[in-house]
Amino acid sequence: MAEETIVLRVQRYRPEQDSDPYFQDYEVPYRKDWVVLDALNWIKEYKDGTLSFRWSCRMGVCGSCGMMVNGRPRLTCNTFLREFYPNPITVEPLVNFDIERDLVICMDTFLEKLKKVKPWIIRREVKSPEEGPYNQTPAQLYRYKQFSMCINCMLCYAACPVVGMHPEFLGPAALALGVRYLLDSRDQGWNERMEEVGSHEGVWGCTFVGECSEVCPKHVDPAAAIQQGKVLATLDWFKRWLMPWGQK
Amino acid sequence: MARSNEPAVWSLFAAGGALTALVLPIHVLLFVFLVPFGVLAGDPDALLAFLRHPLFRLYAFVLCCLGLVHAAHRLRFTLVDLGLHGLAVPIAWICYLGAVLGTVVALYAVIVL
Repeated sequence: MAEETIVLRVQRYRPEQDSDPYFQDYEVPYRKDWVVLDALNWIKEYKDGTLSFRWSCRMGVCGSCGMMVNGRPRLTCNTFLREFYPNPITVEPLVNFDIERDLVICMDTFLEKLKKVKPWIIRREVKSPEEGPYNQTPAQLYRYKQFSMCINCMLCYAACPVVGMHPEFLGPAALALGVRYLLDSRDQGWNERMEEVGSHEGVWGCTFVGECSEVCPKHVDPAAAIQQGKVLATLDWFKRWLMPWGQK
Repeated sequence: MARSNEPAVWSLFAAGGALTALVLPIHVLLFVFLVPFGVLAGDPDALLAFLRHPLFRLYAFVLCCLGLVHAAHRLRFTLVDLGLHGLAVPIAWICYLGAVLGTVVALYAVIVL
């Protein structure tokens, strides 16, 4: 019996030789338990060693292998070929990013945005190790835990129409992380973080389309984080107007 | 980056959304279905007196006004997100002017009726 195959239409772009991206078709063996990343690795191994793409863990943890699969942002390591078989599968780099090469996007803008929300615990009073850890109750942990599960795969940036139209918008993952630290009882960096999260480029850029939460492979629900951020920023704004003397 | 003054507008939008979602279905159920179809029978004069009470007039006006602000804001950004980015400015004007017009009509209605 002839081996079953499936066609992958892969977007190629090698800046040193291509003026524009184009599509190249590869026929790969069809296996029920193969994911799109397995097919890409098979192409790299047996058909075309020049194909470039990012990947690492193969188990939906590292967030490296995000690509557009048939027009939707997906982690290629948990997108099975059987979902599309026998139809061809189109694989493109994540939209809303510059392309570095083939399926590899340039993530500099994302990393800059991530840094802006200061995704670390800021303390005014630092405890010495002898004084012990910063304890938290389960209820305090529960407030932000879901928003801390982000793996920085950037699928939400490819899904968000606002990111596409306004490149300066901080975007779903960075804002979810900013809100995550605003909600953390151990954090004391409210004011400096709110300068970014509560800015026009921060939560107020969001028009609540909600696609970020639809595509998130870790169910972080960035759209919910941003709406909570809007409530926090609004309460903060009214507090600053009503009690200007109350600022730390 | 500086903090935005958007909360001033957004709180109206959020209040409109919450109020519309919570109480508007009740009014539609009561005054579009239950009362006209005679399911809830009562003294029409007493109902009219209740509806004409200044506090109810004020409540009806706030409900209309905030609901319209919410609708205008939501419609504006939905249209832009659907791809009408080039028309963002006229869309904003049309949506908010619509809300202002609706508010004027609501004001007229709660004063005159």
